[in-house]
Amino acid sequence: MSRPLPKAGRYALRVASLAIALGVWQLLTSLDIDLWLRFSQFPTVTDVASAFADRLSGPDYWTDLTDSLTRILTGFLLAAVLGVATGVLIARSRLAEDLLGPVLEVVRPIPAIALVPVAILLFPSNEQGIVFITFTAAFFPVLVSTRHAVRALTPVWEEAVVTMGGGRWRILASVVLPGALPGIFGGLSVGIGVSWICVISAEMISGQYGVGYRTWQDYTVVNYAGVFVGMVTIGVLGWLTSTAVELLGRRLTRWLPRTSYAGGRPLRRARATSTAVAVSPRAKEGIPHDQLV
Amino acid sequence: MTSSSDRRPRPGTGAALALHGTALGRPDAPVLDAVELDVAPGEILTVVGPSGCGKSTLLRTLAGLLAPLSGRVTQDSRPLTRPSADRALVFQEDALLPWRTLRANVELPLAIKGLPRADRRAQAESWLARVGLADHARQLPHRVSGGQRQRAQLARALAGAPRAVLMDEPFGALDAQTRAGMQDLLVEVLRGTGATVVFVTHDVDEALFLGDRVALLGGGRLTAVRDVPRPRDRSAHDDPARVALRRDVLSSLGT
Repeated sequence: MSRPLPKAGRYALRVASLAIALGVWQLLTSLDIDLWLRFSQFPTVTDVASAFADRLSGPDYWTDLTDSLTRILTGFLLAAVLGVATGVLIARSRLAEDLLGPVLEVVRPIPAIALVPVAILLFPSNEQGIVFITFTAAFFPVLVSTRHAVRALTPVWEEAVVTMGGGRWRILASVVLPGALPGIFGGLSVGIGVSWICVISAEMISGQYGVGYRTWQDYTVVNYAGVFVGMVTIGVLGWLTSTAVELLGRRLTRWLPRTSYAGGRPLRRARATSTAVAVSPRAKEGIPHDQLV
Repeated sequence: MTSSSDRRPRPGTGAALALHGTALGRPDAPVLDAVELDVAPGEILTVVGPSGCGKSTLLRTLAGLLAPLSGRVTQDSRPLTRPSADRALVFQEDALLPWRTLRANVELPLAIKGLPRADRRAQAESWLARVGLADHARQLPHRVSGGQRQRAQLARALAGAPRAVLMDEPFGALDAQTRAGMQDLLVEVLRGTGATVVFVTHDVDEALFLGDRVALLGGGRLTAVRDVPRPRDRSAHDDPARVALRRDVLSSLGT
C-alpha cells in the first residue's frame, strides 16, 4: 500500500485522469487514426465542445434537459416509495410474499425497455409511458434490496421494542425503516442508474423532447458531434443524480460506523458484532418476523 | 442492605411472576418441563445452569416472546400471553438501536408510552445520570464502551417503569472488573424501583451476589430454588453459609 495522498493531490489526480482521457480522444480523432478501430469519422473533442456551446445557447437543450429530468425524477420517486413499501411488506408478511412474490418474480427479469409496447398500450400519453418505464427500471432494485435489508435486521432490535410495548407501526418506524436504510440506499443507487438507462432508451424509441430523443435525432441526421453532446449530457446528469442519492444516503445513515471513508475522518471501528448492521444474517434466531408483523 | 426475608414468596401471597406446570421451548425442541416457579414482588431471582439448559428460553417465555408449550405463566396472577411494557428485557448482546443516541434509546419506551417530548427527554437524562452516563447522552452506541452500552440498556429498561425486569446474561460479555461494577450499579439502581428481577447468568458467583434466591436449571428441569444468605457483601467469601451454598450450587450444576 502506498502512502495516502493529501486531499488536494487526490483531486488533482482525478482532474488529470479526465484530462488524459480527453487528450487521447482528441489525438485519435484529429489524427484520423484508422487502425482496427476507426476514429476518422469520430468528432474531435473540439468539435463536440463547439457543438455543446451552440446547444447551450439554444432553447431546445434546456427543454430536453428539464423534460428528461422531470421524467426520471417522477419515475424514480414513485419507484422509491412503492419499492420500499412493497419490499417491507414482502419481507414482513408471508401472505404478501405469497400473493405478490410470484408475479413480481416473473416480471422482474423483463428488461424495463422491453415494456415499451406495454407502455404504449396502457398509457394514453407517451409521457406517462416513459415515466412508467423509468419507474419499472428502478422499482425492482429498490424492492429487492429493501427486502434483503429488512430480512437481515438484527432480531434483538425488534424484540427490544416489542418488550417495551411497541406495536406494529412503532416497530416499522423505529426499527425496520431506519435499520434497513443502508440497504435501501444501496437499491436506490442502483435504481437511479438503471432509471437513466431506461429513460434515455425510452426517449429514443418514443419520446418527444428529452436528451435521449435529441441524441437519436442527431444520429439520424448524421450530426455526430450532437450525438456526443447528448452522451456527455447524459453522463453528467447521471453522475449528478447518483451523487445526490449517495450523499443523501450517507447523511441519513451517518450512524453507521465506518472504517475509513474517502475524504472523511477515519472513525474508530467499535465492536463489529454490535455494529454489523444490515448484514447480520441471523434471521433465524428468535421468533420468525412474520409472527411479529 | 436489603432485608431479604420479607421478599421471599410466602404461601398465599401473590407472586409477581409465576410458572405452573410449564413446559418451555419450541414445539419441535422442548427444553424445560414441569417448571414450578414463583417470583416474589421486588425480589431478585437469579437463574443459573449450564449452556443450553433453557435459561434464555425461560426468560423469553417470561417476556412473552415465546409461548409456553403447556401449563400457565402469569404476571400478578394474570395470564401472560404477549410482550408488554410491564416486563422489560435486557439482552446480553447489544440491543440498543445503533442509529439512536443513548438518550434517544432511553427515550424510546417513554415515547411508546406517549409521553410528551420534553418529559421523556428529562426522564431519559435523569436515568442516564443514574447509571453514570450523563456525559454520554448524545453519543451513538458504537462510540461508547461495551460496559457503557449495557448501562444504557439498563437505563432504557428501567425508564419504562416496568414491574419486572428480565435480564439475559447482561454482563456476560464484559470483563471481570466492569462486571463487578455493573453488579453494584444494578443493585443500586434497582433500589426504590420495586421492580421484580429475573437475572439469568452462567456465573455462579454473580448469581449468589445478586440473587435473593437462586434457581438452578439442569437436565431439562428446574432442579432447585435456594435462598441466598444476606446481607449482600462481596467480601464475605468465608461466610460458612455462603461457602456451603456455593459448593451445593456448583455440585448440582455438575461442575
